[in-house]
Amino acid sequence: MYRYDEFDSTLVNERVVQFRGQVARRLSGELDEDHFKPLRLMNGLYLQLHAYMLRVAIPYGTLDSLQMRRLARIARVYDRGYGHFTTRQNIQYNWPKLAEVPDLLAELAEVEMHAIQTSGNCIRNVTADHFAGAAADEVEDPRIHAEIIRQWSTLHPEFSFLPRKFKIAVTGAARDRAAIKVHDIGLQLRRDAAGEVGFRVIVGGGQGRTPMIGPTIREFLPKADLLSYLEAILRVYNRLGRRDNLFKARIKILVASVGADIFAAMVEEEWRALRGGSLDLPAEEVARIAAYFAPPPFENLPAQDTGFEAMRFEDRDFARWCRTNLHVHKQPGYAILSISLKPVGGVPGDATAEQMEAVADLAERYGQDEIRVSHEQNLVLPHVRLRDVHAVWQGLVAAGLGAANIGLVSDMISCPGLDYCNLANARSIPVAQRIATRFADLDRQHDIGELKLKISGCINACGHHHVGHIGILGVDKKGREFYQITLGGSAGEDASLGDIVGPAFSYDDVVDAVESLVETYLDLREEGELFLDAYRRVGLAPFKEALYAGH
Amino acid sequence: MPVIKDGRLVEDDWTFIPDFLPLDEVARPVVSLARWRDGDCALRARNGRLGLRLPNDTDPAAIGADLDRFALIELEFPVFKDGRAYSQARLLRERHGYRGELRAVGEVVRDQYFFLERCGFDSVSVAGDKADQGRALEGWYEAMAEISVPMQPAADQRPPASSLRERRRAAAVAS
Ligand code: HEM
Ligand code: SF4
Repeated sequence: MYRYDEFDSTLVNERVVQFRGQVARRLSGELDEDHFKPLRLMNGLYLQLHAYMLRVAIPYGTLDSLQMRRLARIARVYDRGYGHFTTRQNIQYNWPKLAEVPDLLAELAEVEMHAIQTSGNCIRNVTADHFAGAAADEVEDPRIHAEIIRQWSTLHPEFSFLPRKFKIAVTGAARDRAAIKVHDIGLQLRRDAAGEVGFRVIVGGGQGRTPMIGPTIREFLPKADLLSYLEAILRVYNRLGRRDNLFKARIKILVASVGADIFAAMVEEEWRALRGGSLDLPAEEVARIAAYFAPPPFENLPAQDTGFEAMRFEDRDFARWCRTNLHVHKQPGYAILSISLKPVGGVPGDATAEQMEAVADLAERYGQDEIRVSHEQNLVLPHVRLRDVHAVWQGLVAAGLGAANIGLVSDMISCPGLDYCNLANARSIPVAQRIATRFADLDRQHDIGELKLKISGCINACGHHHVGHIGILGVDKKGREFYQITLGGSAGEDASLGDIVGPAFSYDDVVDAVESLVETYLDLREEGELFLDAYRRVGLAPFKEALYAGH
Repeated sequence: MPVIKDGRLVEDDWTFIPDFLPLDEVARPVVSLARWRDGDCALRARNGRLGLRLPNDTDPAAIGADLDRFALIELEFPVFKDGRAYSQARLLRERHGYRGELRAVGEVVRDQYFFLERCGFDSVSVAGDKADQGRALEGWYEAMAEISVPMQPAADQRPPASSLRERRRAAAVAS
């Protein structure tokens, strides 16, 4: 893991002092809310309907046990005993008091964490593949480059007042677990014909009211040129992005309006003037940061573990959990282990202080002291010996974290919706809970197989409904809550936006509609065919027929 | 309106002259880009210090050839969250080699000072009464001291963390 050197800690500590000053000026009335707003936003502090909400960055989703315990302590001392892990590898606290926020930030700084740039019109927390460093299909650990970007973008003097927020995601594998095609910039590490490692650069994807799959503007960017190229993109955007209309201010609108080719040409022109300057990354600096992400000391183990196999044979619940929550590790004898934050009836992404501490203990004892936060609002222990998996599972079950549903229909992403959000048209969390309850039978979920269901309470798409295999969008029909269903979205390397299936369903009918879609799929699927593949094969017609034939 | 320049609050001795007024009597006029562009020979040949106010949607390359005619360029912040002028400033300094005074005008508040200075501005206009101005100057000193190690190169002289690390590596190799 990356460790701050004196320069990193100096900055983060100075930042706490600076924000303490800003809060004092706000409390004394010297700053009015209008002028305090962009400052608190650059420190992750939102003002919501009833209270402040603080969003803390978990850069590229990586934590150690010390940091996780500190997040738990903060939940207990400054909040109401829980935190909410978000789709952007952040954690949110819903009830901090303004006067206490500087102390909270100081506690974070002690464990090399911060809330810098988790909101506001700046470069946000950089996200990465949550299986980084463990996945078998990886070209290189994307966190090395995400950390380089984190440093460069921190308090960037030119790019702190962009037209709109700016999100960058990095993956090191062809299999996209970081949703790079629906980010402002997506970077994919890859090899060129000569075997050199560099980036594919995707710009102008996004969700919200104008969802777009980002076009590739450069097939291969040498690693040393990363920052000069990013600076060129950001400079073009800062100068030309729209500022007259909030809804048209994201870079995706600029890219779409001038066209990807012309946008790429503008970036290349700016880049030609920038490259070869002080932003070029010396190989020594890349190596310095890469060293922090060197693999942990793995043991040489056989690919199979007899104890693990025996447990799987004996314990049906354990076996079922293994089917969904374990993933192939690059090192024989190890597994990647997902911890579901989607218990039936729970709020997706929430964890109590006790649960965070339980995960910290397990990571320390069995997981090389590493924890990841995924963009699907779950946690990951990336390096667990097969022989320890059963013990970890028991620990998780004891902490109420044993849900065996990763990738299944109840592993939903849902935004806060009408229960918490003043922009919502409709409730989301109760819809998620009702769907999870309807499919509570785990055997049935396992039979259905991989199915990504995503719910947003309005067109802002915080719940990623555009890229759900099944997407559910809350709409308002004459003051009543309705839900529009889309099919066939994906956030992966095969990214696509869902197709609207037909007229929306009422709150009462939406769960039946989902069930009917699932039944239709089960009837028409071919041997081993997943929901998304089946949809892509047969298209909307049979699903439409099932939903609306009787009406 | 006074400005903060070189760490001091000073009276602004420049005057922005709207396009319809003559420049004759003004010692240090600031003119609009439109006036400069359509400028008659008298303006072009003017033998005195001249300032230019550049709208924030203008590419500085548009005046690249004329830069040594200006002793002052004012860049605009219509509202403080409109950050286009930061890019203009860096382009003027780093790409076009502008060496004259660069000033931030419009809604410029304390919490921009550090970023402005890093992008190559050397003066900022200050609004409000005497008390506000005093606080702004105090704020300027605080802002300059708040962050000692920037994380990226910009138009200022502060060595960013990357160069400091580089130097440390070089020193380690040398010793
Ligand atoms: C309850 C208060 C919330 C409000 C008022 C809110 C508001 C918004 C708005 C206005 C947008 C659209 C921005 C744009 O397209 O420029 C947006 C997008 C988004 N929000 Fe939220 N949000 C809230 C909560 C959340 C939560 C809890 C999460 C994470 C679990 C989240 C994740 C996202 C994501 C991933 C996007 C995608 C937009 C994109 O980058 O394309 N939001 N939100
Ligand atoms: S999608 Fe809409 S309802 Fe849901 S959290 Fe975002 S803004 Fe609120």
